[in-house]
Amino acid sequence: MKQTLLSLSDLSKQFDGKTVLDSLDLEILDGEFITLLGPSGCGKTTLLRLMAGFEHPDQGTITLSGQDLTHTPPERRPLNTVFQNYALFPHMSVFDNVAYGLKMEKRPKDEIRQRVNAALAMVQLDDYARRKPHQLSGGQQQRVAIARAVIKRPKMLLLDEPLSALDYKLRRTMQVELKRLQRELGITFVFVTHDQEEALSMSDRVVVLKDGRIQQLGTPREVYERPANLFTAQFVGEANFFAGCVDAVNGDDTITVDVFGLKRTFRKPDFQVFEGQPLHVLLRPEDIRVLAPDDEDGVAGRVVERNYKGSTLDSVIHLDDGTEVLASEFFDEDDPAFDYRLGEPVKVSWVDGWEWLLPQEAAKAEKEALADA
Amino acid sequence: MSRWLPRTYLTLVYMLLYVPIMVLVVFSFNESRTGYEWGGFSLRWYEALFNNRAMVQAMWNSLWLALSAATVSTVIGALTALALHRYRFRGKRVLNGMLFVVMMSPEIVLAISLLGLFLLVGLQLGYVSLLLAHVTFCLPFVVITVMARLNGFDEALPEAARDLGASDFIMTRTVLLPVIMPALLAGWLLGFTLSLDDVVVSTFVSGPSYEILPLRIYSMVRVGLKPEVNALGTLLLVFSLVMLMLSQWILLRSKR
Repeated sequence: MKQTLLSLSDLSKQFDGKTVLDSLDLEILDGEFITLLGPSGCGKTTLLRLMAGFEHPDQGTITLSGQDLTHTPPERRPLNTVFQNYALFPHMSVFDNVAYGLKMEKRPKDEIRQRVNAALAMVQLDDYARRKPHQLSGGQQQRVAIARAVIKRPKMLLLDEPLSALDYKLRRTMQVELKRLQRELGITFVFVTHDQEEALSMSDRVVVLKDGRIQQLGTPREVYERPANLFTAQFVGEANFFAGCVDAVNGDDTITVDVFGLKRTFRKPDFQVFEGQPLHVLLRPEDIRVLAPDDEDGVAGRVVERNYKGSTLDSVIHLDDGTEVLASEFFDEDDPAFDYRLGEPVKVSWVDGWEWLLPQEAAKAEKEALADA
Repeated sequence: MSRWLPRTYLTLVYMLLYVPIMVLVVFSFNESRTGYEWGGFSLRWYEALFNNRAMVQAMWNSLWLALSAATVSTVIGALTALALHRYRFRGKRVLNGMLFVVMMSPEIVLAISLLGLFLLVGLQLGYVSLLLAHVTFCLPFVVITVMARLNGFDEALPEAARDLGASDFIMTRTVLLPVIMPALLAGWLLGFTLSLDDVVVSTFVSGPSYEILPLRIYSMVRVGLKPEVNALGTLLLVFSLVMLMLSQWILLRSKR
């Protein structure tokens, strides 16, 4: 088990009477890549700024390896930040930007030169030391910002949506590169993003935030496959929610649920269930199977939209009771029935065991909150 | 036709702007004493100018005054702009608005009120009164120039410096000041020019102990145009051109 590096306990922060962080607890482990994920205004950037020391909490403590950092100014925290728009010093060369942290430590000139050159080599910018930031492309500026932030060998690197200004292809390259850097340096990365795909593909653990509270903390797989609530389910990836009703509780292992008049047997969920209880049945688009209309299994509907996505074929299907279903299927060229036309009647089913159940009661409030966001 | 018209128009506009200056420069090298007829090339008016001790003294006085007024108002103005930009405090809007009042109010009003003030506190009219007056009317221009630069300033830069271990003071010295330097320079130059050619306020608050160039020229031309004034004007023109090029050069260098 990894050790706790930074622990936040009972952190609260208000801006002009608006609660941004609400009594939040979080333990960040040594050497992990942890992502703070959430919609804008969820408090993820504020949380990062509290760790960096740019803001001070109204309440709560921040400790780093047992040492209280809550009121330590940013210049005396052993953490460094990569800013959203890089914040490179425009009047300094790339070399001087990267050297800034070491100059502040009053290191000898030789050591500075050596370490800056090593850091620039690490981000593959050896030949750009003399350039000014504005002479570099976005991706190059990003690398300089990273080299500058890791030069002091911080215990932890805080990254505030560092890839949001880059185009899609460059973003993918930088994602891979950041992961490589994190492995090589062995530094803990705290990464802020609103891009759930980025969060899932890069992190060891994901913190899903909303309204200044942690909605879920888990591995990317847990967050995607076993969301703790409707918000997480909807924010992380696409999701279909079917209204279900518990028909019978079969001992300790399974329950029978009535969905669209079909009786399906599911694994018993972690929460309390009773007969007649309304439920949400969550199915990801890739869990859905589109079948021929004469298939005996499934629920009848019509195809209303088809989007060719290269590796998958995404469809929107209107069920006869009005429910809209998103389906995402991999191509199977050997299946003649695969290519449905618009308006064609089909049946919708899913692979048993891939569903995820969520209790109904919180649903309304959650949905309203989501609509607000 | 379609090309001819705009070209003529442009030529006329530029002629309107530059012909008087050209006339001034050309006639500063005129041998002839009387009026505006060409009497051959000569440097005699430049010679006369430099032999006019009162004139040379007034020139130095003006330069020294402009230099000190620009410097003092840049220091105060930059600090004011930083305070207005960084901090939230009571009366901030009033302070901000008052700067515009000074800038917009007619110069004659400022002149009369400054004179009244100086007489009231018993300040002898001379260099000090001129300096105080010039700093007063230069200040809002400096503040506004620096504020404009600060508004485009990336707020993450000071944070990045602090994050990398700089104290507030070191951050200001190594990041904030270098980044706003072009604005400080522009503000300083603006103050320098404003001070150098001010007549209205200076007329009221200057005393016999400290004569400055604009007032001297003004009193000279009241009794008739002397060719010396042309020579002086040409020198001032060259001086301001050099200043302009210098500032452009510094700005270009700071961008690189």
